[in-house]
Amino acid sequence: MATAVTRESAAVRPVQGKRRFSLAPYLFLLPHLIFFAGFVAYPFFNGLLISLQSYNFLRPDRTKFVGMQNYANLFTPGSVEFQPFWTSLGNTVQFVIYSVPPLVIIPLGLAVLLNLKLPGRNFFRAVYFMPWVLSIAVVGLLWWWIFQSQGGLINYYLGRMGLEEPQWLSTLPWAWVAITVATVWWTLGFNMIILLAALQDIPDYLYEAASIDGATPMQMFWRITVPMLRPVLLFIVTTSIIASFNLFGQPFLMTGGGPALPEGGGATTPVMVQIYNEGFVRYNLGTAAAMSVVVAAIMIVVSVVNFKVFQQRD
Amino acid sequence: MATATGAQERAVSREKTGSGKLVGRIVQYGLMSLLALIFMIPIVWMISTSLKPKAQLFEQDIHWIPQTITLESYQKILANDAVPVGRWFANSLGVAIAVTLLTLIVDALAAYAYARLEFPGKSILFALLISTLFLPGMMFLVPNFLTINRLGLLDNFAGVIVPGLAGVFGVFFLRQFFEGIPKELEEAATIDGANVFQTFYQIVMPLAKPALATLAVITFLASWNDFLWPLLVLTKPEMLTLPPGLRTLQGAYTSEYGQMMAGAVIAAVPVLILYVALQRYIVQSVASTGIKG
Repeated sequence: MATAVTRESAAVRPVQGKRRFSLAPYLFLLPHLIFFAGFVAYPFFNGLLISLQSYNFLRPDRTKFVGMQNYANLFTPGSVEFQPFWTSLGNTVQFVIYSVPPLVIIPLGLAVLLNLKLPGRNFFRAVYFMPWVLSIAVVGLLWWWIFQSQGGLINYYLGRMGLEEPQWLSTLPWAWVAITVATVWWTLGFNMIILLAALQDIPDYLYEAASIDGATPMQMFWRITVPMLRPVLLFIVTTSIIASFNLFGQPFLMTGGGPALPEGGGATTPVMVQIYNEGFVRYNLGTAAAMSVVVAAIMIVVSVVNFKVFQQRD
Repeated sequence: MATATGAQERAVSREKTGSGKLVGRIVQYGLMSLLALIFMIPIVWMISTSLKPKAQLFEQDIHWIPQTITLESYQKILANDAVPVGRWFANSLGVAIAVTLLTLIVDALAAYAYARLEFPGKSILFALLISTLFLPGMMFLVPNFLTINRLGLLDNFAGVIVPGLAGVFGVFFLRQFFEGIPKELEEAATIDGANVFQTFYQIVMPLAKPALATLAVITFLASWNDFLWPLLVLTKPEMLTLPPGLRTLQGAYTSEYGQMMAGAVIAAVPVLILYVALQRYIVQSVASTGIKG
């Protein structure tokens, strides 16, 4: 660090004892900044503004400023928007509850298995991770076909074993089972790779010391592996919750949001599909923007709470 | 490279006899193989379905290897103008290549500025970039859709490509790599009279090839696979990319599962080839996200 002074570069470079302003750094930044300003910074505020409007997509001149009306509708029982919105948000929360535990536990098990360093483990790692590189469109279509009640692979084998053949995609709880299975298959490799990398970072001497003290493998797992993995587990749990909160393609392609609920709406219609329908099928973009803001606020709160809870235990 | 559970296992094996250890190995391999089989089943089934004649889709006895192997499902979707799969493939390829090249240029330039150059406002701008990582993507759907509409880019590939260039992941990823390059190399270039652009282009970029390759692979994958955004922006059948195209294919005919799986195979094969060839880059990039977190 002794060369700090000579290392000052570009923008503020000492020239004959004077500091010269340089445009070069801004030229480097400019392309990204333009896109960032246009498609991240501006829409952040514009989205809030749209949520305060009764937006008319086909006749933009008829767009009206309505203040908090869109939000009021979302929070007023009996309004047209109230029940479908909260039902769909409830559906999304259900999916988070169903999907996050297997998305943490199964990858942890696989990572421990792969970390045994058996010859050929790279092959198995590659296979378990493979589905992650596929598009949700491929995954959704594929599992939709596998779970078909007529001609589907799962019911074929269930029938062969003389078991009941559920209508997977159109009855509860099977529709959620199908969506969760497809999701776990598709994404668990991501968590597995991160956990495997973290396992490999745990120093060997901890286990050696424990084994000298006569600890059993289970004790070592709970007393060494799990505590050492805590920061990474926090990361995995948080990112999995957020990923599951964004559920869209699986029900969109597999169940169409159904089966229909007696009180209206679909039992597997997540809030993202609700926002899609509201904004891009019915073109109520103001309402869709307000829904997005409410859901995004909830997601931010969940991540922050999650972070605090894990941090406190240290 | 004996590590964590490796030591755990040695500790266990010390208490076991030789044959006990062998049984343990067999159980471990058996479990891993069984899981690998379960993971492969859906993909094998997709390919198998796509190669069957329609009459053999709903058989009394399932055949994993089709009794008659035929490409008729592929021929049908490739010849059908209502579902122009060949066109979708070309669209996907063009969009993904454009997004990848532009992302590399835009992000490398910005990353270098954040890693190496000093300028007023740097820390504020960088903090702003970081803060957006916590914002859920759904917030941007409606306003960005309206921006693209106002720019007249609905049903235009630019409408799919351009918002992707605003992402911050690539900037962080490359910045981290640039910071790891020894500064002396750049200083030597400066002393030799190179300006900052020459230093960047002739010294830093060649050294950053591994990081650029990794970013290229995951950017290409993400673009090729993207479903929701192209679903919003592209509507004309001939303008679709493969993922929203598969949705159209699904809705077009009932129980043409052979054709649907042929479409799915066409969308899956390029990324599976890419994965097999460049697995190391993809896995490394995922592992590095976790370490940063």
